[in-house]
Amino acid sequence: MTGRARAARRGRLPVVLAVPALIGLAFLIVPLAGLLVRAPWTSLGEQLFSEAVGQALLLSVVCASLATLVCLVLGVPLAWLLARANLPGRGVLRALVTVPLVLPPVVGGVALLLVLGRRGIIGEHLDAWFGISLPFTTAGVVIAEAFVAMPFLVISVEGALRGADPRFEEAAATLGASRWYTFRRVTLPSIAPGLVAGTVLCWARALGEFGATITFAGNFPGKTTTMPLAVYLALETDPGAAIVLSIVLLLLSVVVLVSLRDRWISTPS
Amino acid sequence: MTLRAELTVTRRSGFRLELDLPIAPGQVVALLGPNGAGKTTALRTLAGLLPVTEGSISLDDQVWDRPPSVFVAPEDRPVGVVFQDYLLFNHLSAVENVAFGLRARGTPRHEARERARTWLDTVGLREHHDTRPRRLSGGQAQRVALARALATDPGLLLLDEPLAALDASTRMSVRAELGRHLAAYPGHTLLVTHDPLDAMVLADTLVIIEGGRIVQQGPPALVARQPRTDYVAHLVGLNLYRGSAEGTVVTLDSGTLTVAEPVTGPVHVAFPPAAVSLHPEPPHGSPRNSWPVTVAGIEQHAHTVRVRLDGAPPVLADVTPATVADLHLAPGLRLCATVKATEITTYPS
Amino acid sequence: MSRFVPVLAVVAALAVAGCSSSDPGASDGESTGTSGPAAPEVTGDLTVFAAASLTETFTELGENFEAANPEVSVTFNFAGSSALAKQINEGAPADVFASAAPRNMTETTDTGAVTADPVTFVTNTLEIAVPAGNPAGVTGLADFGKEDLKIGLCAEQVPCGAASKKVFEAAGVTPAPDTLEQDVKAVLTKVSLGEVDAALVYRTDVKAAGDKVEGIEFPESADAVNDYPIAPCAQAPNPQAAQAFIDYVLSQEGQAVLTEAGFGTP
Repeated sequence: MTGRARAARRGRLPVVLAVPALIGLAFLIVPLAGLLVRAPWTSLGEQLFSEAVGQALLLSVVCASLATLVCLVLGVPLAWLLARANLPGRGVLRALVTVPLVLPPVVGGVALLLVLGRRGIIGEHLDAWFGISLPFTTAGVVIAEAFVAMPFLVISVEGALRGADPRFEEAAATLGASRWYTFRRVTLPSIAPGLVAGTVLCWARALGEFGATITFAGNFPGKTTTMPLAVYLALETDPGAAIVLSIVLLLLSVVVLVSLRDRWISTPS
Repeated sequence: MTLRAELTVTRRSGFRLELDLPIAPGQVVALLGPNGAGKTTALRTLAGLLPVTEGSISLDDQVWDRPPSVFVAPEDRPVGVVFQDYLLFNHLSAVENVAFGLRARGTPRHEARERARTWLDTVGLREHHDTRPRRLSGGQAQRVALARALATDPGLLLLDEPLAALDASTRMSVRAELGRHLAAYPGHTLLVTHDPLDAMVLADTLVIIEGGRIVQQGPPALVARQPRTDYVAHLVGLNLYRGSAEGTVVTLDSGTLTVAEPVTGPVHVAFPPAAVSLHPEPPHGSPRNSWPVTVAGIEQHAHTVRVRLDGAPPVLADVTPATVADLHLAPGLRLCATVKATEITTYPS
Repeated sequence: MSRFVPVLAVVAALAVAGCSSSDPGASDGESTGTSGPAAPEVTGDLTVFAAASLTETFTELGENFEAANPEVSVTFNFAGSSALAKQINEGAPADVFASAAPRNMTETTDTGAVTADPVTFVTNTLEIAVPAGNPAGVTGLADFGKEDLKIGLCAEQVPCGAASKKVFEAAGVTPAPDTLEQDVKAVLTKVSLGEVDAALVYRTDVKAAGDKVEGIEFPESADAVNDYPIAPCAQAPNPQAAQAFIDYVLSQEGQAVLTEAGFGTP
């Protein structure tokens, strides 16, 4: 057998897998194609470079990135806790972490208002003591996005941590490494693919976040109007513009995700 | 300057390990035993990866573990461990792996790398400073693991089946090299292995455990000649000699042996007791290795009888009960021992 | 939360539509006596697409209508008027479309999805909504220009936002909103949670919100009276029932239910 024939043989998928795989792919891709077909291509450029779109796009990227940062800072330690710490009721804890996944985002937004809003359990004191009011602010957008997106990060990272061999951490300990040093220099690098995948998922989820954001942070151009909110409102009056905005959002995420994948996820192991 | 470990570990499974293990500086103690005997448990308690249930572990006047009050975490113990599959950090180069312990203990980056390079040169990996572990051969990876464990100048070196992951041909040369490094190492060494050959070649003292208890300990030659249990007899049932080779002839401390493959220089030669045949008279034809021996002792084991024979060299032979009857084996009987050259393995020491 | 009800409603509506098309003989049943004096005999399934602000009143009207016409089963799809207009234009099997704004009705007449002339069946006017107790002491439209108050408005793209814009222009007030919400219910959520000090919503919404929200009437509201048009759909699976339902909404009995909820009569 030649090398190519061998490669082809190895690459051939059984029909039982190939057919549903292709249907699945089509299921995901066709709605996007629908958007592209209906897009008002003639006014595309004009829409693209309008100030409102630029503003919403910038705000989306900044907020999604900040939210991802928040998720990394809080979510990675949380994932570590779930994966490694010997906690009682860990299963319950793990289920609780996934609550934002199951909760309708709008409900999540209301829940955030009840806690961090001006009359909320914590927000009340923030307002009274520090004069901080989170709803209707860009910080509010970041919080809403982080709330909804964090489970994606935590679940990915926890999975990676549970898959990682803890004996490497033991080896590091026998070499004199503290737990924190071990975490930074051994654990994190060993779960890099899972971490990157989780970060990407988290960022993508934050970028597309609508329900919790509009409920918790409201909608005001330049301050809290991210792309999904702009898309939703454009849909009320100008479906063409909504499609264009969606395509912009789509392109942005595809570019970022593909470049990240090439850089991090498909490195030969 | 002695490492003392008098420990008891009770696991949730009901397994109980009881061990009294003194190791003198420069001494290499081999902990031998079948799977599940508690070898790895013992190593883990010394490394600090597992606390003892009762007893204590101390090096000199430093107590590492003495329940309920004292437990020194692994990162605070001066130990170096070579793990069975090495556990090299795959995202770091060889130099970074060796420098890891120094960096973790606060040595400045530049100095740590410099010392790591020196260590890699010492173990013969001058060409592989920047190689990632995945690209190293098994033998090379083992040497990086050894350099990594020794780089922090540990007082106690723990080796967990350091040769088990290697194929037979690499194993010989790596074993010889490991022996040289252990000889040069001034600290205390515990070698955990299930391979009697590794133990007998590398260690000064064998400690054999079964089911969590020590069944026999002592110098390798003594343990081999006077096994106390079937397991030990089977385990260390090996004729092992040190000698000097010249072509196919190896000169031992007493006597000579002829081997199949030509070698030169200091070597170990070994063959199993079952490879030895006993004859009342020197046999016809001419087997290369044939020498007169006197029966010094006979021990009955499950299916075979082990015969201790004095001669040049002294030798162990496993024979069937039928042979014992045929030859009227009894202490003081003079016989002739023969071994085929092809049954003898040699390896450089 | 209001966004999820329509999803279920659409599913239900489609399921019902499937039944009605697969069961064309359902309307051939023998007559079982008259129940409404003016109404002709109606039977079968009826699907009404109605603006979200009509949820409570139309649910009640539907029950009354079914009681008067036992052979009819009414299903509602409540959602934002523009979403409903889009669904109807895409061929959703609606019999009746009741919109919260003439503009969305026009979307359907433009495409021919609705051919009959729409009739205005109620009007709605704006009211200032404040959290219970009116903590910020809002008195009128002028307060909406104050920077230090938290103000919530509907986005201009949705009907209540367009109406709000009209009243502010008429009153000469430049509002300083903190948020432009996607629908009335979202605005009301923020009022009832006390997140905003004042908001502009429809009278009917204030009434429906209950104790947590108080309404303050203001004179400029007369400048933006919102008409609710209703019309049968051109492709209505059950045109007879559609017309009977519209007649019922316009009847004295129907109007009484609507005015009770705060709607004005046209």
